[in-house]
Amino acid sequence: MGLSNWFVVRQELSSRRKKGLAVASFLLPILLWCLVSYVPFIWHPMMKVSEPGDVDYFQVDMLVDKVTYRQELENMQEAGKALPTASPANPIYLPAPHAVVEAFYTAFTTPPAQRDGLWLHQSLWQSIQVIFWGFLISSLIGVPLGVLAGTYTVVSRLFEPFIEFFRYLPAPAFGALAVAVLGIYDGPKIAIIVIGTLFQQILVIANTTRKLDYSLLEAAMTLGTSKIKLLRYVVIPGVLPDLYRDQRILLGWAWTYLIVAELIGTSSGITWFITQQARYEHFDNVYAAILMIGIIGLSCDLLLAWLGKRLFPWNKSANKE
Amino acid sequence: MENDMDYLKQSDAVKARFDKIKQREVILEVKGLDKVYKTAKGHTTALKNINFKVHRREFVCVIGPSGCGKSSLIRILAGLESYSGGEALLDNEPIDGPCRQRGMVFQGYTLFPWLTVRKNVMFGLEMNGATNEEAGREVDLWLELVGLEKFTQAYPHELSGGMKQRVAIARALVNQPRILLMDEPFGALDAQTRAKMQSHLLEIWRNIDITILFITHDLDEAIYLADRILVLKAHPGEVQEIIEVSVPRPRNPEQFNSPEFLATKARLEALIHPAEKTEHKDEPDVHIPSRMIRFVNVEDNVE
Repeated sequence: MGLSNWFVVRQELSSRRKKGLAVASFLLPILLWCLVSYVPFIWHPMMKVSEPGDVDYFQVDMLVDKVTYRQELENMQEAGKALPTASPANPIYLPAPHAVVEAFYTAFTTPPAQRDGLWLHQSLWQSIQVIFWGFLISSLIGVPLGVLAGTYTVVSRLFEPFIEFFRYLPAPAFGALAVAVLGIYDGPKIAIIVIGTLFQQILVIANTTRKLDYSLLEAAMTLGTSKIKLLRYVVIPGVLPDLYRDQRILLGWAWTYLIVAELIGTSSGITWFITQQARYEHFDNVYAAILMIGIIGLSCDLLLAWLGKRLFPWNKSANKE
Repeated sequence: MENDMDYLKQSDAVKARFDKIKQREVILEVKGLDKVYKTAKGHTTALKNINFKVHRREFVCVIGPSGCGKSSLIRILAGLESYSGGEALLDNEPIDGPCRQRGMVFQGYTLFPWLTVRKNVMFGLEMNGATNEEAGREVDLWLELVGLEKFTQAYPHELSGGMKQRVAIARALVNQPRILLMDEPFGALDAQTRAKMQSHLLEIWRNIDITILFITHDLDEAIYLADRILVLKAHPGEVQEIIEVSVPRPRNPEQFNSPEFLATKARLEALIHPAEKTEHKDEPDVHIPSRMIRFVNVEDNVE
């Protein structure tokens, strides 16, 4: 029952331990955040004014750094005027957990500040649509091309050298061009996600396809499978579970391009929400929105993982997870 | 034991059987077959001037030290590799690419993991345009023959090695090939399962019209299964001898100690052993000292 029980090299843990550790992996950073936020002597480089006293520019709830505060305190003491009071605080860009949780809730219940503004869920829906179309278009081209390149050397040799080059070009660099070609609304945003995802996708899927055990193809050929049928009846079903796993990972990559994509043309979606809130220094809302992206991404991935297990019951490695 | 018995000496029954076999049509004929691999370091001759014939319903084993090209030979016959010279004929037609007339069973099972046992066996029929109904009937018959009727809906990863190989055999045979090529099919199985599979294979072979070319490096396996054994030697792969196995049929595991069996085995060992010696030249000689330093208490004896 000792500690060595937990640290066995590359051995499975019991499912209770695994679940406990999964919870702990979220609790640890939250705990750290709580410590920094709620324990006054950890960090807290600022002072939050509760009583301005006679300092003419101090206001209630104003954040000043400790050096300035001490200076003003001394000034007031020397002048014999009313002293300001304040308590240690963290900078405005680090709100406490409870503030973010509150913001998370109120973000959905508060109507937009501007008349023509969007509710948070509307912004999110915009973002999800951009991701969806971007990833769909990328996959419609990338998956077939990747599988073909992994199957036929001709296709691989014809496309891969150029793709290897193109994938190094940063997708955001095409922002201006995309706006010129596709206008200022969703077109260029979707294009950026496609550019960011597609080229990696082709290479990743081509590699996955190449990993298919060649002896399966040989076995199929000795059973009288024609060359044309090999692709449809051996290659595609054979790589499907791995291809599905690749798509899950690539969808995560598509999300990372979202923020950049949404800054192009008219700012929109969750990014617009974040930049707006940051402008007014509502950092609790910013954190809430970032959290939201994380939650959507993770739950999407978990859903796909669960679905994968049911779609591919023969896949031993996926079912072991 | 009479180890001095001549391995070529055949009883009248065995001789009569061989005469009968030789009168059957020739299924597979290999004439002056060469295989040269071109590598960066130059040319390597894997097979040189291989000649042999296999008659209908004959069971031929190919044996030889590693590097003798036995795998190359069977892959060429399956159409999975090209050859550099000579001829390989199936029913007098030159072999060109893989086809269903030459079924193959691999050491690594190569079952399609995404298909159930039943669908795996059905694969060949479906690829050749059989309707689902026809194929289904055939497949059920074959699954019963290999004793897997209870596992039709299982996926390959749920099966043991022996069961997987039985599926692979059924999958190849359901196509009704002219010849079944087997590349060390039982090499990955444990001794017990292997013995069972050998008997099972003989049983199948006895009951259906199939010719088998079987590669192995296990001498006992070769003698137990084969009518004739093709012995290859390494560097380059050449036919050293084609032995007519004098052990009478039907075979059973008790024959492993019969004089014919032992004589044949002695002959095979004599053929393969010197070849093995030359091969070990690649590896540094592991020298076991005759007297070792004792690390345990004098009274702590194991023998």
